[in-house]
Amino acid sequence: MTGVKDAADVGPTRTRVYSVRALTKTYETSGGQVHALRGIDLDLFDGEIIVLLGPSGSGKSTLLSLLGGLDRPTAGQIWFRDGELTSLDDRALTAYRRRHVGFVFQFYNLIPSLTVRENVELVTDMADRPVAPTDALELVGLAQRMDHFPAQLSGGEQQRVAIARAITKRPAVLLCDEPTGAVDSKTGARVLEAIERCNLEFGTLTVLVTHNTVIAGMADRVLSLADGAVAGERANARRRKARELAW
Amino acid sequence: MIIVVLACAVATAVMSFGVLRSLAETRSEYYERYRFADLFASLNRAPESVTRAIERIPGVARVQTRLAVDAALEVEAVDEPVLGRLLSLPERGEPAVNAIVLRQGRTIVPGNADEVVVSETFARAHGLAPGARVRAMLGGHERQLVIVGIALSPEYIYALGPGMIAPDDRRFGVLWMGRQALETALGLKDEFNELGLQLDGSKPEAEVIERLEEILKPYGGAGVYAREHQSSHAFISSMLDQLSGVGRIVPLIFLMVAAFLAHTVMGRLIDTQRQQIGLLKALGISDRAIGWHYLKLGLVLIVLGTGLGLAAGAGLGFGLTDLYTQFFHFPFLRYKQDPAVSAAASFVAAAAVVVGTSRGVRRAISLPAAVAMVPAVPSAYRSGSWEKLGIERRLNEPTRMILRHLARWPLRAVFAIGGLSLAVALQISMLFSFDALDHMINGFYGRAQRQDLTVFFADAPSSAAADEAMGWPGVLKAEAYRTIPVRLSLGTRARVVNLTGLPSTATLVRVLDPKLAPVRLPAHGIALSSKLAALLHAETGDVITVEAIGSSTSIEVSVAQITEQYIGMDAYMDLDALNELVGAGARISGVHLLIDKSHREALYRTLKNVPNVAGISERAVVLASFHDTMARTLTIIVSFFVAFAGLTAVSIVYSVARIILAEREREMATLMALGFTTREAGYILVGEIATLVLLALPLGCVLGRGLGWIIAQRLDTELYRVPLIISSGTNGVAMLVVVLAAVISTWIVGRHLRRLDVLATLNARQ
Repeated sequence: MTGVKDAADVGPTRTRVYSVRALTKTYETSGGQVHALRGIDLDLFDGEIIVLLGPSGSGKSTLLSLLGGLDRPTAGQIWFRDGELTSLDDRALTAYRRRHVGFVFQFYNLIPSLTVRENVELVTDMADRPVAPTDALELVGLAQRMDHFPAQLSGGEQQRVAIARAITKRPAVLLCDEPTGAVDSKTGARVLEAIERCNLEFGTLTVLVTHNTVIAGMADRVLSLADGAVAGERANARRRKARELAW
Repeated sequence: MIIVVLACAVATAVMSFGVLRSLAETRSEYYERYRFADLFASLNRAPESVTRAIERIPGVARVQTRLAVDAALEVEAVDEPVLGRLLSLPERGEPAVNAIVLRQGRTIVPGNADEVVVSETFARAHGLAPGARVRAMLGGHERQLVIVGIALSPEYIYALGPGMIAPDDRRFGVLWMGRQALETALGLKDEFNELGLQLDGSKPEAEVIERLEEILKPYGGAGVYAREHQSSHAFISSMLDQLSGVGRIVPLIFLMVAAFLAHTVMGRLIDTQRQQIGLLKALGISDRAIGWHYLKLGLVLIVLGTGLGLAAGAGLGFGLTDLYTQFFHFPFLRYKQDPAVSAAASFVAAAAVVVGTSRGVRRAISLPAAVAMVPAVPSAYRSGSWEKLGIERRLNEPTRMILRHLARWPLRAVFAIGGLSLAVALQISMLFSFDALDHMINGFYGRAQRQDLTVFFADAPSSAAADEAMGWPGVLKAEAYRTIPVRLSLGTRARVVNLTGLPSTATLVRVLDPKLAPVRLPAHGIALSSKLAALLHAETGDVITVEAIGSSTSIEVSVAQITEQYIGMDAYMDLDALNELVGAGARISGVHLLIDKSHREALYRTLKNVPNVAGISERAVVLASFHDTMARTLTIIVSFFVAFAGLTAVSIVYSVARIILAEREREMATLMALGFTTREAGYILVGEIATLVLLALPLGCVLGRGLGWIIAQRLDTELYRVPLIISSGTNGVAMLVVVLAAVISTWIVGRHLRRLDVLATLNARQ
């Protein structure tokens, strides 16, 4: 396995992964319509760490789920590389997630009846060139816990296993929804370190949803969402290391 | 689903016992209204004056003597000879015992010697109505009889002619004739050869039988027998016994399943509402109030389930009773629910639900508020001992998820497997009756009886009649036989049965051993059917006393063979030895014939003109009639229970599948988010259900054999025995019903999976 690259050594790659145009998502509820996204335009590139920042209800998780093919927009288009995501049927979307997307959720969502190793092995059959589960777990610092069940791990350890599971198939994109939302700050920093290492090791576009502004420091670009629209965008001159972050 | 299973439990109990009670009461009222005899006797002939002595026997309420004779009948447009049993009616008034139920027309007018009333089933079989005519050979003369009425009789609810194992309404009928007309035809003025009497209950039945036999002995009495041995009554009693057995066993099975479902569902409900329980407790709601809330839920299940079950049971019971009433030709129907059964079934059903829910309710009460409000500790999984064998390396992760989940909740898995296996077993225990019937007809009678036709003679002619039979058109082989009623005694046990003598070279009608291999009757000794031997406590080598009824002769004979016989319980011996026992020369009761079927019509025409021929029995028709009779009653009751078993299987699988889906919803959503298709994620659900079903199926077949054995024991009566034969087809059908039920339930629950909101599920707080 190759060593971890330093954040300073990684230059931004300009291969476009996502192109989003006029993306809109509206939900029908008993109280009326909820406009979760209002005409969002953005482009995301290979190797970037993108932080989607915003308060609760700003649309960041909705945007993440649309990028991940877990939901369909009401209007607009999403292009993933050369293909239009928004025109795919359910079967094709599943295939897209299977091959190209790694997910990390706030509540880990490990399979409780599988060991750590088995949770990671779950996705190896999906990939053409999967990362060996032991390597993936070593990357997140949990190789020694391979035969433990999730109930025997702490929250942070479970989240790191989820990260290992997500990157095993060498996805084109890693989508993380509030990955530190259910853990304390010290543990959260370790989780972010694991995400950072995966990004550096594999050059995967990493999109991180959070309401924690401190975490934005580790990103290449920060997109601020408010009320379903992009309220602002800024690029960090330098990505801060995850271990430097504290909240 | 709990309500459905509970309703099934209550409905089967109420239906079975409702039908049982109704049929028993209908029969009882039928007997009472028409004065069905308690004791019966047939004899050679006795003067009417003997009646006075019989009436004076302590314990006798009333006596009715009559004349009875079997006669060959000729019915228009019917080729084959038909056997009629002619019974006398008093010239005036109704019989004191064994009255008839007039259904059409009128009774005989005194002095009209040619008037008869015929049995309703016989009339229907031939399309006879009042005004029709039949010819009968009576006392050696042909008589033209006019039908003036059509009637039913409690004596002939199940009308069996001589040598018949099932009613053949086309070839055997009962006719009632004026006493004087029959006396004149038979030359038996002021005499009788049959009687029936009713007891007043002041003396034991055995005592009255003994006194009556003493009085009738000089007149060639064929043995006095009680109502329980009367063939029609015995057949219906065995049907009622069968219902009673089923009614006791089957509801218990449903109740066990209902208790399991209640336990599982209530437990799951309390788990999902755990935090609400904690919150309520924190707000000051007492444990008692919370416990009462969940008990009320159980009460709702009880009220709805028992209410539905009582209504369904009553409706089904009425329908089934009506069917049986028509089948048995009862003149009226008395449908009666048994309130005690309804109350007992409801109480036991309620108890099952309370027992099932009590553990969950106790858990709800015992949880401290603070503990209840936080999410439950995640289930702890561990590698099972089977995994240490290295088996897991051959299994993919989803399969490991299935097996570990089953192992994590072993009690639930055991109950689900138990419930499903009972659903299989219940069907097998009902369906095997058809296999037994097929075996009895094809396996047994196919080997034991190979004749095409049996011809009965009116008076036992000499054995030369068998040689004459070879001269009839189309007869390829003729074998004589003789059947006489005898009393067999061994120690204090005795039975009056038919003893049949067969030639030692007999090939058409054969005696079979318990392995169904034909046995050759020894020149000396007697062969007993296994049931008869059991009742007499006789074994091979024992010496029993054989007393010919109507004769003073008796001999000691060694039991040479134990034979198998599913219908009736007869004894057999060599024909020559039998004739020696009776001591009236070489005589025969009839001949078994193998015929060239292309000459059948010519043979029937010839038989109509043979003076001594009383009737015939066509083997294929008799067996078909037996099959139809049994199959009709079986089909009714079996259909209900197969349907109930299917419903039970659907309920169990549906409930378990919903619980699996609820417990594993997050896991399945995770898999779908990771890129598993809905089908692949659904494998978790389908695989677990399939594992439970696959484990239940073979267990169900084993349990089914056990249940079938219990039911076969209950069906073991003097009238017939049902062998425990379970074909692979029966096992297959039972398993298929459960598999189909599982597929349907899983498909219904699987629709929820297809509509799963993956995102919302994954983002919900664990």
